[in-house]
Amino acid sequence: MPESTERGALTEAVYYILLSLYSQLHGYGIMQKIKELTDERVELGAGTLYGAISTLLEKGWIKPINDQKDSRKKEYLITETGKSVVNGEIKRLEELIKNGKQIAGGGYQ
Amino acid sequence: MKHIIRKAYWNYEKEEKWLNEMSSKGLALTDFSWCRYVFEDATEGEYIYRIELLDHPIKHPESKKYLNFLEEIGVEIVAYYMKWVYLRKKTYEGKFDVYSDIDSKIKHYKKVNLWWSMLAGVEFGAGLLNVVIGLIYLVLEGEVNFNLIIGSILSIIGFLFLGLGRPLREKIKKLKNEREIRE
Repeated sequence: MPESTERGALTEAVYYILLSLYSQLHGYGIMQKIKELTDERVELGAGTLYGAISTLLEKGWIKPINDQKDSRKKEYLITETGKSVVNGEIKRLEELIKNGKQIAGGGYQ
Repeated sequence: MKHIIRKAYWNYEKEEKWLNEMSSKGLALTDFSWCRYVFEDATEGEYIYRIELLDHPIKHPESKKYLNFLEEIGVEIVAYYMKWVYLRKKTYEGKFDVYSDIDSKIKHYKKVNLWWSMLAGVEFGAGLLNVVIGLIYLVLEGEVNFNLIIGSILSIIGFLFLGLGRPLREKIKKLKNEREIRE
């Protein structure tokens, strides 16, 4: 059996792209949504976003939405697989937070 | 008004920095062909410029797909030269980076490094062939001929191209270290 490559952490870019696609958006919309969600902390690079979208489409974590009116502007939506990946990631992050708070104590702000 | 500046850059990051300095002075790049930059007057600092090396030639369907995507998100394709594209975005629309994480930065530096290595390879190939022909001639005729001279010059150019990739290789190494601890 090949080693699993599915257990690693998601990159911040991928995590937020998936989150932003719980409702359908096109490329520019994804960037804006992420900027808004993170209070302008995360601003994705154009090439980084493009690469991530291509990979996520390949993996089937997101899917394109066909809009006949303007086929130039492609919109995307998260798939069920994508949602289960996000849920898995949230669990992992919760563990990180729990352990961090417990050990680093009240020192964090 | 159009301003034409002739200048040669061998480092795309320095070139990009220069374009942004020009932009902050109110001169916005509108066209580029080899060593020839065309600027037009604009509001000071109106645009942020970025230079990128594509995976494929500009007419390739993959490149078209990518450039379409860039246009969708408000990036303007100002000019292109071989596989290089000159991009800009209005400053008021916010930060404009092509690569925002370490992995994609490494990928791009590797691409640029490969570009210089390939050019170096072409020069070495042609250079070596000429040197060999020149040496055979030297042995047979006892004279230095044109091939030997051309071959040596091409080989030197090959080394120069290889040298252009060195700062990139150093950057890749640094970024790889950084990636060990963060994304």
